[in-house]
Formats: sequence, structure tokens, C-alpha cells
Amino acid sequence: MTDRTSLRAGARRPQRHLPLQILLGFLVIYFLVPFWWVIVNSSKDAPGLFGGGNTLWFTDQIDYLGNLKQLFTYDGGIYLRWILNSTLYAIAGGIGATVLAVMAGYGFAKYRFAARRFSFAIVLGALMVPATALVIPTFILFSRLGLTNTVWAVILPSLLNPFGVYLMHVYARDAVPDELLDAARVDGAGEVRTFIQIALPLMRPAVVTVLLLSAVASWNNYFLPLAMLSDNRLFPVTVGLGLWQGIASANNAGTTSLWSLIILGSLVSVIPLVIAFFSLQRHWRGGLSVGGLR
Amino acid sequence: MTLLTEKRAPRAHDESRKIRGKVHLREHLMGWLFVGPFGIVFLAFLIAPLGYALYLSLFQKKLIGGTSFVLFDNYVKAFTDPSFLSGAWFVIRFSLVSIPLQIVIALAMALILDAVTTLFARFSRLMIFLPYAIPTVIGAVMWGFLYSKGFGPLTDIFGLFGATAPDFLSSDLIFYGLLNVVTWQWAGYYMIILYAALQGVDPSLYEAARMDGAGRWQVATRIKIPLIAPALILILVFSLIGTLQFFNEPQILRFLAAGTIGSDFTPNMYAYQQAFSLANFNYGSAISFALGGIVFICVYAFLFFTRKRRSFL
Repeated sequence: MTDRTSLRAGARRPQRHLPLQILLGFLVIYFLVPFWWVIVNSSKDAPGLFGGGNTLWFTDQIDYLGNLKQLFTYDGGIYLRWILNSTLYAIAGGIGATVLAVMAGYGFAKYRFAARRFSFAIVLGALMVPATALVIPTFILFSRLGLTNTVWAVILPSLLNPFGVYLMHVYARDAVPDELLDAARVDGAGEVRTFIQIALPLMRPAVVTVLLLSAVASWNNYFLPLAMLSDNRLFPVTVGLGLWQGIASANNAGTTSLWSLIILGSLVSVIPLVIAFFSLQRHWRGGLSVGGLR
Repeated sequence: MTLLTEKRAPRAHDESRKIRGKVHLREHLMGWLFVGPFGIVFLAFLIAPLGYALYLSLFQKKLIGGTSFVLFDNYVKAFTDPSFLSGAWFVIRFSLVSIPLQIVIALAMALILDAVTTLFARFSRLMIFLPYAIPTVIGAVMWGFLYSKGFGPLTDIFGLFGATAPDFLSSDLIFYGLLNVVTWQWAGYYMIILYAALQGVDPSLYEAARMDGAGRWQVATRIKIPLIAPALILILVFSLIGTLQFFNEPQILRFLAAGTIGSDFTPNMYAYQQAFSLANFNYGSAISFALGGIVFICVYAFLFFTRKRRSFL
């Protein structure tokens, strides 16, 4: 009996376990080092960057504003364009892929239509298809249609998200009771209205998860836009920074200022996603467990 | 009670069959209406490119004589091409090291974060996950700086002890340099998936085990890990697919380590070079398809060997 009560109390009390927390501390340092380096070094001007000195600490001159101004005015403000392009690709690709995945997942879970099992098996098989294997043939198909080097070349292929369909299928099957849908139908609600008003609110955590995962995938995409786009005014920020990195490495002497732009550019480009992740944390965490556990 | 339901069951079934018969067509239609839009995208951007890649890979373009049908010549060429083979061997070797490493680290972190419930643990969880929000390209750029002799802290840190810093961009150590970038990038994401799975386990199971005298370690290895096996298999499959397609990180670090990483470092980089630098789309498609085949075989072999665990498929 005493054992039992102490166990209960133990379950409620926060588990401290000091050695493990110290270990966590080291892990946190490891995962934060690159961020720290970027934050410190984007405050420096070119002499500060190349002048030796401590690479993990600030110099006397901390000039974020000057560097930011340089970043956003370099080459006619191309960096801002890249950020806006990335935003467009992430939002269009993310929302489009999510809408398609939610509808398909719900359809697979709740309707017994012809060839359902067969089509779902094919979608699952598609999870194994390496996305990059599709880039080269898609490029050739798009160039036949004159679609390469347009925003569509990046947005349309990112609408494909078989994993999202799988996730929504599992979630819709488990979280949306058939009885509830039948009750809505008996009450005279149409199929579309039942979906939007009954099923969709129940599927919300998974919808947010799929939305976030597809938006991140679009934002992070590198291979597809690298292959599809040749006009650097259409580049997303990943391809743009890759381009700068290549230029800066190729002629080290002439373009020393480009290095500080790359460093600050990396920092600025990660801020939107970090904010999105932390502010939506509550909503997407519940959805993630679905994919793994059933 | 059992008798009653048994008697009733057939009739209820009959009735529902009758209703079903009426709504049958409607259900087919609605089902396809919901699945259709995705189906179109699926056909246009997955089936069509795959079919086209297969088609292209069966042809060869020559300066004299134009394009001709060569059946599997491109594949024979690929599987005897030292560039493709060395790239494929690299990604397989890299997968064998990096995936177990990432999963072990992610699992350890998830178990720790599941056991420790302080505010600092919650903060750590977020910080460990943070790299997932960073594009792989930016992650590679950041680590490239940290590795570089000019900007990186390694020279200073090793200088303190009078040692020379290891050059992770040299051909000897690039394997480890990339291993570190990949682990940093993905371990936190895998940790979150495993952590979410752990949180879904009924805690009364742990209490029962503890009352039977199981220690922390035993609870972790005998109860927690088996229960989250489906999540483990899921991330294993995804990391396998991702690693075999390795492209972004070596492509970016190439600029900093020009002599170390060639254009045929991984199969994907080689396919990219063939298609876009040399405009050899037929051979590029064949390499892509061959790589896809390797991924497919590896994943199916893996799923086959873990079938007992009831995988996610």
C-alpha cells in the first residue's frame, strides 16, 4: 500500500534526474552551436570576419543594421525577392498539397468505392519512390510544355504528398466515427457539408501537421527548383544562397563581402520557419504521433 | 444477450445491404470525388514522370545517327560505370553508418525527455528539434563555415591544446563531416516522432512493471522500445529513402571542398550532372531509375526482415 502511494506521488512530481539533465545540456549546446556561430558572425564586417580573432565571440564592432541593409540592397534587393519566392512556394505548395491530402485521406478512410484498396496500395508504394528520381523526367516533361523556369514548375510538383494522404487516412479512420457521419446524413446534411462541418474539425491536429510538413518541405526544397529554374529572380532562398556560396568560393579574393551576406542571409532565412514551428507547436504535436503509432 | 444479437445480426445485415445497394453508386462517386484531385496530381507528377523516365532510359542519343532504341544498354552502362558504382557504394555505406547512429541518438534523447519532466527538459526538446526547421541547404552552409579553416572555431579550439584541427572537408574526413551534418539535421525530428509515440503509451503499463520490480532501464528496453517499434520502423524507412538520395549537403559542401567532393559523389549528383551539365537526359534518367530501383529494393528488403513487428504498411 505504501509502495503504491509513493509511486503515485512519484508520477505527479516532476522527474528531475540531474545527470540526465546535464547530458541534455550538452546536447542542447551541440544543436545550438551552428546557430550561435551564425548569430555572432553576422554581426561582423568583412575585416572582423577575416581578421582572425575568436570565431565564436563578437568583435568590438557589432553592426547588424549595416549588414542587414547591405543584404537587402545587394544586387537590386534580390535577397528579398528570394525570400518572397520561398514564401510563395511554401504557401501555395503547402496549402495545395494539404487540401488534396486531406480530401484523399478522408475519401480513402470513409468511402467504400471501387478500386479503393488497389489505389491506396499504390499510394503507399509511392512513399518508397525517391522524390529526386522524379525531378529529371518532370523537368523534361515540363520543358516540352514550356513550363520550366516559371513558378508553376516549382509549385505543381510539390502538390504531391503521398505521406500526407497516408497520415490523413490513418487519422480520419481513427478520429472520425462513422456513426457521427451517418447521423449527419440522416439529418439531411450533404456529403460535402458533412465533411466540412463534422469531419474537418475532428481532423484538425492532423491537418495542421500535414500543412506544416508540406510547407516545410516546399520551403526547404533545393533539388527541384535548382533543376527547374534558370532565372535567378525566381529562385527560392535555398537555391539563391547556394548560388552565392558557389560564387564566393569560386573567387575568394574579389567577393569577400559576399561571405558576410551569406552568413546573415542564412540567419534571416531560418527565422520565419522557426517562428512558425514554435507558435504552432501546440497544434501539430498531436498529429505527429499518428504516423508512428497505431 | 449473445443469442439475441446473433439472431438479430443477419437481419440488420440484410437491411443495410438493401440500403447499401441504393447508395452504392453514390458512394463510389463521392469516394472518387474526394480522392480524384489527388489522383490527378498523382498521375501527372508521379506516374507520368516515372513512366517517361523509364521510356527515356531505354534510348541513347548519339552525335551520329541520332536517338536510337537500345533497351537496357544504359542500365548495363550504369552498373559498369565506376562513377555510378562508387556513388552508390558511398550512399549505401553512409546509410549503414548514419541511420543506426541517428536512430540510437534520437531514441536515447526521446527516452530521456520522456523520463525527465522539468522545464529545462521541455526547453531542450524544442532546441534539439530546431534544426529540422532549417533547410538542409542552410544547415550545410552553416556547418561548412564551422568546418572551414578561415572562419571556423576548430583551429582555435584545437590550438588551445596545441593540436592541429581535423579538416572535415578533406577527402579522409568528409564522410564524418557529412555524418555530423546529417545527424544534426535529422536526429531532432526523429526524436520528436519517437517522443510523440512514447507519450501515447498508457503510463499504467510502467506502474505495473515497476510493481513487478522492473527498474528504469528494464522499463525502457522491455516496455517502451517494443511499444514504439512501429514509429522506429517508420523513421528507419524514411531515413533510408532520404539517405540513398543524398544530394543537398554534398552539393553545397562541394563549393568549399572542391577537390574532395566530385560531381559523381552520390548517384543523385551524378544523374544531375549527366542531365543538366551534359544534357544527357537518357543516361541521367537511367541513373535516376536505377537509383530508384536500389531504394525500392533496400526498403522492401528492410520491411521484409522486420515484418514480424507489424510495420506501418
